[in-house]
Amino acid sequence: MGGRTGAIPMNVGFATVYWRDMLRFFRFKTLLVSSLVQPALWMAFFGVAMSSNFDRLSARFTPGAGIEQIGYLTFMGAGVIAMTTLFTSLFGGVVILFDKNWGLMREIFASPLPRTHIVLGIGLSGVTKAWIQSIIIMVFGLILGVRFFSGYTGVETAIAVLGILAFVGTFALGFLFLSATIAVSMESPEGLQGIITLLTLPIFFTSNALYPTTAFPPFLQALAVANPLTHLINGIRYFAIGSSFSAIGIEFVYTPQIILASYLVLLGFCVGMFLLSRWAFNRAVVT
Amino acid sequence: MTGQDLSLTLLPQETHMGDAIIEVRNLSHAYGDVLAVDTIRFSVDRGEIFAFLGPNGAGKSTVINVLITLLAIQAGEVRIAGHDVRTAPDMVRRSIGIVFQEVTLDRDMTVWEILEFHGRLYNLPRQERRRRIDELLGLVELEEKRDARTKELSGGMKRRLEIARGLMTRPQVLFLDEPTIGLDPQTRIRMWEYLREVNRAGTTIFLTTHYMDEADHLSNRISIIDHGRIIVTGTPLALKNGLGEDVMYVETSDTAGTEDVLGSLAYVRDVRQKRNGTVFTVTEDGTRVLPAIMDAIRSRGIAVTAVNLKKPSMDDVFVHYTGRDLRDEGAQKWGAGRGRSR
Repeated sequence: MGGRTGAIPMNVGFATVYWRDMLRFFRFKTLLVSSLVQPALWMAFFGVAMSSNFDRLSARFTPGAGIEQIGYLTFMGAGVIAMTTLFTSLFGGVVILFDKNWGLMREIFASPLPRTHIVLGIGLSGVTKAWIQSIIIMVFGLILGVRFFSGYTGVETAIAVLGILAFVGTFALGFLFLSATIAVSMESPEGLQGIITLLTLPIFFTSNALYPTTAFPPFLQALAVANPLTHLINGIRYFAIGSSFSAIGIEFVYTPQIILASYLVLLGFCVGMFLLSRWAFNRAVVT
Repeated sequence: MTGQDLSLTLLPQETHMGDAIIEVRNLSHAYGDVLAVDTIRFSVDRGEIFAFLGPNGAGKSTVINVLITLLAIQAGEVRIAGHDVRTAPDMVRRSIGIVFQEVTLDRDMTVWEILEFHGRLYNLPRQERRRRIDELLGLVELEEKRDARTKELSGGMKRRLEIARGLMTRPQVLFLDEPTIGLDPQTRIRMWEYLREVNRAGTTIFLTTHYMDEADHLSNRISIIDHGRIIVTGTPLALKNGLGEDVMYVETSDTAGTEDVLGSLAYVRDVRQKRNGTVFTVTEDGTRVLPAIMDAIRSRGIAVTAVNLKKPSMDDVFVHYTGRDLRDEGAQKWGAGRGRSR
């Protein structure tokens, strides 16, 4: 007799939470398929429809010498990756609310697993899903005519993809931590849904996902600069399109310093959200 | 004041001498202004099956939630397997297994995955995990269901799976909150058998229930809890004997004469005539005074043709100590205001 437990160090506890969440992801086939098809539909309908309009308008502008003009579909391809990551990540914490309401969280809360590992496990599984989705959007986008990585060598493409995944992962992690924090503090799925919807709209529309932010009034422009989504999109466009290009008649120039700053904003956001979720989980009571 | 302990006063041969594996001293817990648990004191010995019996809302679940570290302790002291829930909650967690009141199984995970997940939560090494899963699936007879999702299981199977999960870490104490709630009678009885088997293998069991018969049949000792206080503690037998209110029934050749004899005995109460015989209660242990009563009747030349003796049930005990029937269940129907009158 006696409670003998293993000698494995506790710091792999999040892998258990990760394992279960991925198990569920691949088990719910409808959820899996819809989460993969939805971004593709955005590209296929919104992207194609908008680009046919915008490209006609922007055809009147002639970019400066040596600056590549890109189509709207390519411009918004980065936005669709970012938007999908935002939605998926903000909803990624819902599982915690369900676990809480169904009593499943009690098993975990009553175990020796440190609570931060719950957040980390959910966060990493959310990142995995965001990566899978991003890759699917890139592949589907290339098929539709998005001109990502054009003129890149194989190695350059690989580096660019890794760069995009780094941005997507950091961003997703931050929003998953936020989502988990909201979920663990809420009682009802309806309330969670409400808060998430309230968050998504301003985040999405004050970003540069679908249009440049340079023409925004100063107040919105300040929001755009503070918006993690803008920084994610900066990173994706830098890696997928290049450091300077012109779209919808506006020239974009991304220096490595700008991109580094954008990444640091995401990293800071991610760390901040982690601390917030750690606080929320340590004070949460589930009975 | 934490009620009487009848296990010591009434049945000296059953004094519990083992070392306490659960020690609770002056535990209180409030939700806002509402005091749900009021300076409770009790201890459970290694190897016991100990039941908290009380109506819903009596404070049972609050106590169990503090003991299993889901609720932070507010006042008092709780030690489990020697570990303080306040200072060493992780050690407590590693010493206990839990079966929660509601089903807490992921509907879309398989039986095997449920146990694997639990083993991983507690960091059991892989081989150990796999071995225990095999063992426990055998114990609770779910080998056939290893790859079934839990939503496909019957209520009894789910409960068995949860018991198996609670045992994955080889706990010293298994906590069960209302283990047979919502199960049909046969399944309940089988569940008790599993629990006895688990207990025989050396696991101390702490359970809460609002089923009288469950507490009566399953546990070595019972605490009756109501309004956040322990009213009385004892073995089921001691509690029932402690009422000293056994009901007797005799059929004799002379009913009037019998009533006369019974009226002369100091420990006889409530003599009532029935169609064929006489019903009365005795204020002393019926098994001990029955021969004297028989002798007294026969000494008048009256022949006794039938005798029946009924010990109080746990229902009677409960009503005696709380002054009422279980609040919401009303599962056990029970006769007019006995017990209360004393």
